[in-house]
Amino acid sequence: MRHPLSKFFGGLHLDDHKSESMQQVPRVLPLAKQLIFPLNQHIGLPADPVVSIGDKVLKGQMIARPGGSISAAIHASSSGEVIAIEERPVSHPSGISATCIVIATDDEDTAIDASVLTDYENCEPAMLRDSIRDAGIVGLGGAGFPTFIKLKPTPGKVIETLILNGAECEPYITCDAMLMQTRAEDVLRGADILCQAMQARQCLVGIEDNKPAAIAALQAALQSHQFHHPIEIVSVPTIYPTGGERQLIKVLTGHEISAQRRPLDVGLVCQNVGTAVAVADAVLKGQPLIERLVTVTGSAIKNPGNWVVRLGTPIQHLLAQHAVEANNDIIIGGPMMGFTIDNTQAAIVKTTNCVLIQPPQITKPAIPCIRCAECASVCPAQLLPQQLYWHARAKDFDKIQDYNLFDCIECGCCAHVCPSHIPLVQYYRFAKTEIWDREQEKQKADRARERHEFNLYRQQRKQQEDEERRRKKKELLNRAQGKTVSETDSKKAAIEGALARAKARKDAMTSAPKNIDHLAPEQQRQIDEAEARRHKQKQDKV
Amino acid sequence: MQLSSPFIFARNSVTRMMLWVVLALVPGIIAQIVFFGWGVIINAAIAIATAVLCESLILYLRKRPITSSLLDGSALVTALLLAISLPPLTPWWIPFVGTGFAIIIAKHLYGGLGYNPFNPAMVGYAMLLIAFPKEMTSWLLPMTLSEHPMSFAQLLQYSLHGVLPHTLSLDAITAASPLDLVKTQTRLGEAIPLILQKSSHLFGSLAGIGWQWVNIWFFIGGLVLMARRIITWHIPLAMLTALVVMAGIFYLIDPSMHASPLFHLLSGATMLGAFFIATDPVTAATTVKGRLIYGALIGILLYIIRQWGGYPDAIAFAVLLINTTVPTIDYYTRPRVFGEGQGG
Amino acid sequence: MFTAIFALLALAIVFGLLLGYAAIRFKVEGDPVVDKIDAILPQTQCGQCTYPGCRPYAEAIAKGEAEINQCPPGGEATIQALADLLGRDPLPLNEEHGEHKGKTVVQILEEQCIGCTLCIQACPVDAIVGAAKQMHTVIEDECTGCNLCIPPCPVDCIVIVPVEEDLQHWKWPYPAAAAGDKI
Repeated sequence: MRHPLSKFFGGLHLDDHKSESMQQVPRVLPLAKQLIFPLNQHIGLPADPVVSIGDKVLKGQMIARPGGSISAAIHASSSGEVIAIEERPVSHPSGISATCIVIATDDEDTAIDASVLTDYENCEPAMLRDSIRDAGIVGLGGAGFPTFIKLKPTPGKVIETLILNGAECEPYITCDAMLMQTRAEDVLRGADILCQAMQARQCLVGIEDNKPAAIAALQAALQSHQFHHPIEIVSVPTIYPTGGERQLIKVLTGHEISAQRRPLDVGLVCQNVGTAVAVADAVLKGQPLIERLVTVTGSAIKNPGNWVVRLGTPIQHLLAQHAVEANNDIIIGGPMMGFTIDNTQAAIVKTTNCVLIQPPQITKPAIPCIRCAECASVCPAQLLPQQLYWHARAKDFDKIQDYNLFDCIECGCCAHVCPSHIPLVQYYRFAKTEIWDREQEKQKADRARERHEFNLYRQQRKQQEDEERRRKKKELLNRAQGKTVSETDSKKAAIEGALARAKARKDAMTSAPKNIDHLAPEQQRQIDEAEARRHKQKQDKV
Repeated sequence: MQLSSPFIFARNSVTRMMLWVVLALVPGIIAQIVFFGWGVIINAAIAIATAVLCESLILYLRKRPITSSLLDGSALVTALLLAISLPPLTPWWIPFVGTGFAIIIAKHLYGGLGYNPFNPAMVGYAMLLIAFPKEMTSWLLPMTLSEHPMSFAQLLQYSLHGVLPHTLSLDAITAASPLDLVKTQTRLGEAIPLILQKSSHLFGSLAGIGWQWVNIWFFIGGLVLMARRIITWHIPLAMLTALVVMAGIFYLIDPSMHASPLFHLLSGATMLGAFFIATDPVTAATTVKGRLIYGALIGILLYIIRQWGGYPDAIAFAVLLINTTVPTIDYYTRPRVFGEGQGG
Repeated sequence: MFTAIFALLALAIVFGLLLGYAAIRFKVEGDPVVDKIDAILPQTQCGQCTYPGCRPYAEAIAKGEAEINQCPPGGEATIQALADLLGRDPLPLNEEHGEHKGKTVVQILEEQCIGCTLCIQACPVDAIVGAAKQMHTVIEDECTGCNLCIPPCPVDCIVIVPVEEDLQHWKWPYPAAAAGDKI
């Protein structure tokens, strides 16, 4: 434990509220009648169902395969029958429903036959990675990134260290602490397998010092078992958000990895301790990711504690184990980074680590920002939350990116200390989703513009082709009637010649000079005769 | 229920911060009462009443919620700071006009709390100083030295009616402040040791009688604010250090024409300015490096105006002038983002 | 007096020459403004602005023949962006050209389609697939919601469908106005 530690800027000392839910070992939650599996429980594309309505499935059977290269599989967490593949409420701040596979459990809980790899230290890394992928394992710390992708080193680079994240820095959540306490050997076994899968040289397990029992359990497990890679248990100071991936890396290794780079670029990979246990279960027992520890806690709940929950269990079923009154706030996750839900029919998914029930809170109204810069003094990403706020408020999405909006990890430290009670994190989330939406709109508009331009070009081309075709058709027609083009032309010429001569004659008649000087004798005689006739007529009239 | 996390908060609020500022001002105010009489209380009462009135009026005109805005305490602090800066012997309309100007024009016409670029109390003070120089430079002799210490009733009488007790005249009770005295006499060519000798009754062991204690107690109040994390140490330390360095350099060059750093620290409104005025969060720089630069610039400008400028004390002008540079300072002192420039 | 006149004249000539030289020497060849305007427009190609497509509207704006507030699908955001680009004041959307409605696409009711290709010819972005006497269908991803295909359809089998928010496209809302913060 004398590993040299670094510090990250900012952060908060929060009341951790952990002892309440650590009074007893995790209980096993009885099976629910229905299990609901959203197709998207991870980062990346949703999974594709491989079962249909009416199929009988066994526990551990794959019911949806990865929907793309960045995606994860989903497995049935108990045996039963697929009764629906339809939109159901899911645990998401928007309250929007999403497509889910719904399984009605029979009480048999029959498991599918599984293949194990007990001899993992001699396995090819690729084989282990495939095994992890097939087990549908994603980061259980909250983000849900498909684990097997993170285990592949960049070509030409080596992964030095696996960092196991046992910090669990958010108040109230204790599932990782209990996991480390009760399944310490599995945690380390999982770390060992992960090291083998990545060909990493060593493993560091970072745990906040407010979990002495977990640290002791891991130390004991380390002493009493054999592992194939060096593993070190490191106790780190309890500051929120030490559990953030980049913050923990800084504390344990001193490396500061910016948001634009990945830990992989400096030979580090960070995994949650829960993920490590899931990996151990998958490789050594052949059990895919079908259950996890969930903490149920909060000031509005009696008897808080941890539960071993099958994935897909409706949250309602979990809460029914505690007497929870209506009108309380239900937060999924912790009080700093979680989100509220209204509909408890939503299911526990791979990334659900905690259900926090708090008495209804009256939000204090926000007053104008007084520019005190408390927010900047606690930001672990070393940003200027005040500037981000001003630009998000003004909806100036260019300037806000100048201040590194996308480096924000949404930890909530800034909003926690703001004396004006401004909902800072919501401004940043608003700005981020708005910017992504505009990006997508722009791409769509660019595509539409291309298609429109092609449409115009196509129409013009069609017009030209039609004209060409008409011209050719006419030519063919003329040829068919026995006249060549030149014949037709000469006939035209004859007609035109005749017309021209006629016109010339007409012109000659009418174009004689009207001048009465220089008359020809003949013309003069005609005029005189005409004049004589006129006189006579006049006299006759009179 | 709010939509976004976090759902737990520190027990912090603007009202709490403002109340701590008021609390930290109390020792200095008591020192002012002890040495210069009740005038500061009268001014404070008028100023606070005016502030509440003006703020309510403007909020009503702007169709904003009145009670919640009044309760944030910012108008109270502005009024109090202005009242403390005024000479104790002023007609009632001085704090009235000054506070009204500060609240309506310097604060609300720019957008209200959080939007004003200039420190409202200092804007009010500067306006009064320029418009009514006679009233604003009539400082009282310390009570211990005055042959005619004024009672509360007499001060109130003067404030409201402009009438002094019939035995007194303004000349008999007012005197130049130590800073004023040093400035005027050095301009006339008198050396400082001579000034100190001639007016030794005005000077205590550290600086001017009365003034030194007022400054010391504001300094202690400022330490309390720092301990409570209402303000950070950057601006006061930078400002006082810059002042000491500037005063020190010129004092070493020519002690007869330049007052000592200690004198500057404990005269006029130095400590009030360092801990209560320059640290106003709305108008000060916000980045860490920026605050150090901001404080230092105020300290330097303060010395320059005091030594070579037109006024004996210059907190207001120094702060106001450096307020104009805050956006630039903030822009050029952006801190390094996590991971930036590390190559890793 | 003459020295004064002479001095000012000389200064004017010198600075005029300098500015003229700088204007030519340092001239920046920027994008034609029409391209920049077109890049802001939403490319719905609906014609509600009274021009036959977004590019003609962009050209009209550049020539000064059209106002910047004639695009309903673009809405406020487009008007604001155009105002910023051209240095003009933003105007409220001109309601004579239509309202800014939510995003929609169209769908062909396949049972009723008679395969006449009139809608295919009308679509400005070729988002309808089909041929004479063959089934027609709309490629939803490419449909811009311009609704130009609806009038030509002789059997009225094209319906407007609102694009629903899904988890992938959900956006965090702008925080509600703070107390006393009506700006």
